[in-house]
Amino acid sequence: MTELPRLSANIGCRDTPILKQRGQREVFCGLTGIIWLHRKMQDAFFLVVGSRTCAHLLQSAAGVMIFAEPRFGTAILEETDLAGLADAQDELDKVVDELLARRPDIKQLFLVGSCPSEVIKLDLSKAAERMTVRHAPSVRVLNFSGSGIETTFTQGEDACLASMVPVLPKNDQRQLLLVGALPDIVEEQAIGLLEAMGVGPIKVLPAARANDDLGLGAGTVYALTQPFLGDTHDALTRRGARHLSAPFPFGEEGTTGWLAAIATEFGVSPDLFEKVTDAPRTRARKAISQAAEVLKSKSVFFFPDSQLEIPLARFLTRECGMEAIEVSAPFIHKGIVGPDLDLLAKGPTISEGQDVDKQLDRAREARPDLTVCGLGLANPLEAQGLATKWAIELVFTPVHFYEQAGDLAGLFSRPLRRAALLKVDA
Amino acid sequence: MKLTVWTYEGPPHVGAMRVATGMTGLHYVLHAPQGDTYADLLFTMIERRNHRPPVTYTTFQARDLGADTANLFKTAAQDAYDRFQPEAIIVGASCTAELIQDDPGGMAETMGLPVPVIPLDLPSYQRKENFGADETFFQIVKALAKPMERTAQVTANLIGPTALGFRHRDDIQEVTALLSDMGVSVNVVAPMTASPGDIKQMGAAHFNVLMYPETAESAARWMEREFEQPYTKNVPIGVGATRDFVAEIAVFLNKDCYLDESRLRLPWYSKSVDSTYLTGKRVFLFGDGTHVLTAARVARDEMGFEVVGMGCYNREMARPVRAKAKEFDLQATITDDYLEVERVIEALQPEMILGTQMERHIGKRLGIPCAVISAPVHVQDFPARYSPQMGIEGANVLFDTWVHPLVMGLEEHLLHMFRDDFEFHDDAGPSHHGGHLAAARVEEGQIPEIVGNLKNTSSQDNVSDTNVIWMDEAEKELKKIPFFVRGKARRNTEHYAVERGVAKISIDTLYEAKAHYAR
Repeated sequence: MTELPRLSANIGCRDTPILKQRGQREVFCGLTGIIWLHRKMQDAFFLVVGSRTCAHLLQSAAGVMIFAEPRFGTAILEETDLAGLADAQDELDKVVDELLARRPDIKQLFLVGSCPSEVIKLDLSKAAERMTVRHAPSVRVLNFSGSGIETTFTQGEDACLASMVPVLPKNDQRQLLLVGALPDIVEEQAIGLLEAMGVGPIKVLPAARANDDLGLGAGTVYALTQPFLGDTHDALTRRGARHLSAPFPFGEEGTTGWLAAIATEFGVSPDLFEKVTDAPRTRARKAISQAAEVLKSKSVFFFPDSQLEIPLARFLTRECGMEAIEVSAPFIHKGIVGPDLDLLAKGPTISEGQDVDKQLDRAREARPDLTVCGLGLANPLEAQGLATKWAIELVFTPVHFYEQAGDLAGLFSRPLRRAALLKVDA
Repeated sequence: MKLTVWTYEGPPHVGAMRVATGMTGLHYVLHAPQGDTYADLLFTMIERRNHRPPVTYTTFQARDLGADTANLFKTAAQDAYDRFQPEAIIVGASCTAELIQDDPGGMAETMGLPVPVIPLDLPSYQRKENFGADETFFQIVKALAKPMERTAQVTANLIGPTALGFRHRDDIQEVTALLSDMGVSVNVVAPMTASPGDIKQMGAAHFNVLMYPETAESAARWMEREFEQPYTKNVPIGVGATRDFVAEIAVFLNKDCYLDESRLRLPWYSKSVDSTYLTGKRVFLFGDGTHVLTAARVARDEMGFEVVGMGCYNREMARPVRAKAKEFDLQATITDDYLEVERVIEALQPEMILGTQMERHIGKRLGIPCAVISAPVHVQDFPARYSPQMGIEGANVLFDTWVHPLVMGLEEHLLHMFRDDFEFHDDAGPSHHGGHLAAARVEEGQIPEIVGNLKNTSSQDNVSDTNVIWMDEAEKELKKIPFFVRGKARRNTEHYAVERGVAKISIDTLYEAKAHYAR
């Protein structure tokens, strides 16, 4: 089996003290996940129960206008719902009846909690149970919270997937479950590699359609494809499934480590592993090396955003030769990103949470060559002469596994290449 | 509870942000949960602002709710003052904070900050973005502006422009030039460009130019009452409206006013023969009230279009838009539900839409050209070039922008004359720049599908043409009609056939329908 150059505990960042900050957070709430989840789950509708702000967030974060009637929407709470003049549960039933009557293609309905619905304690799990009975068997109704008071950006996907786990049927057969909403092309590549090693059967969560025959039980082992799936991880464990801990499949090294954890579990021979991965590994290394020329010895500063920060810092420092100054994440779950922290060399500040003005002070002081941050901060930092990479693209673009490793490095090198290219200053 | 899949306006605190972000030296402390910071990206990305909006969000979380969100607010307000040293602070709550009833205004008042603190009460569950902007600007003016001596020379305030406004940046420049030609200088432009110190000086102007009633009408009325400053009722978008605007100011000044028309090209461009093809083009108008009202006049009187429908999404403007529609013998569409707008457009089948970015997408789906005349804004609505809507240059911009999506006059004639020509045949696409081949080919294929969709979604359309059959030679003849009118010809003919109980469409039916719909 391929040995990963593992760092001992006193070299990696696992035990580095974490700078914890609290204050203004420049992040999206969990509702944002709906934008990619609804593309992945093709028969699902996401109904946010919230305010005009929620609806506005969704359309603004999507950054695009709607080209067809979308499979997400907001049941906007009105004065009458809040003043108790109308029973919010009855109102919700009405909205859902109307929606399902108009959209017979919908097989899964997610009622998504928001800040206002949480504050007024509108019980969406009760609503989901009632509606599941009412609309059975054609529609399954589930609920999760994407509210900003409880979730940050990608945690919305975590909450959604975690809500699906308890209702999956029991199935104790030996199987591998890949967990995380990935673009189809990327998912197919991963499955292709694993099947070539003889690993199977392989299932994915979330599946593209509700009637997928996914079951769960003691025979299930699962690998997370995204580092923000903490609650889903816990929910799967409660169902008896077992987690395969590994670095996340970003870059050649991360992908190899991730595949190796699965291969070991399924007893794949080192020869077969080499045979299957050799060509794509070589391609990935070559593709990364092109972008790495620009990135080598450059410094990078991560603002907290998508939860991908730690695995990406590992990728950029180890495979692209960058130097990390600060790596921050909205929250750090060592049970999940531990292997990536082990591989990330000591040096950078590791921070959790945010007080954005103070963090901006640190970034201006450090003047990194590249700052990875959200869209609200990118142009203001660029205007101060700091090159930025907006983090949301990392969530929307296929960046996992070998064949995308070059693209992933390219996302970071492009802002630097562009800055070097432009001759527009006086 | 109302199901909404897309909204023309954001919540009212986003309107307050548009005011705060347009101004300088003002800071907004917003009691809001994590996630509401998304609104920053509207300004930094869509408008490409190089500064963060001057907004501090208290960012409370679930665990704070049982504890002390009030103290969190006070800390955030104090930190914001210490860090940014603003001349004035506005404080308010977003939708969630409104529910926890911490009273940010009351708390901020007790903090003894050494600058004016202006509380905002924006009901998130009743009102929307434009109301939020209008109310915020009104509260700022009311709190800071005082009666004072008029300037010796005649001056005016330009009121209404905000951050994220549709062409506000360029309209300010154009209106400033119009006033300058009349010998009027600008006292204060607000909220955009103004500091709290400037707002204090607003009483010195002789009158107010109300550029956008959506965002400044309350302030204009208040200043009229308190400072005896009249405000303009004409919004100078279009040639006629610009002339009326100048005439209105002439009355304020009690003297003749000069309007420099030497750069005005719309009237001649509209009269020139190439524009003949614009005659009677059926247009549908939708947007905010102000832009729709002005566009209606330009469309009919200055472009020679036929206005077949109009409406607005901001209920505050429902009354004047309904009145304008009546003047055109139409029923106004007042709604903030884009699906309803889409149904109206499908039923009316206009040849062109003048609308918002959403109508542009509706137009794409239905194969109808669209020019954008109103917010909500999109990154494309902040062009690098000077592109006002108001005044003389604004009128020129309107002509270009509205004609641009249409196939040009001469091209249209050429396509008619040479429709079977190897270069001019309709598969060559709507542009001579190439790259449209594929699109042009699918266009015809898509039309039945669009008609099909129309069946599913339109309540107004009671025609069921699924039983109408096109005979071969009629189908062939239809293909000879240029692609950009073919869809309409097909629909009109089917409509005509169904109405008359004709089951098979022959060449005769096609031309009878053409004669029937001819103008």
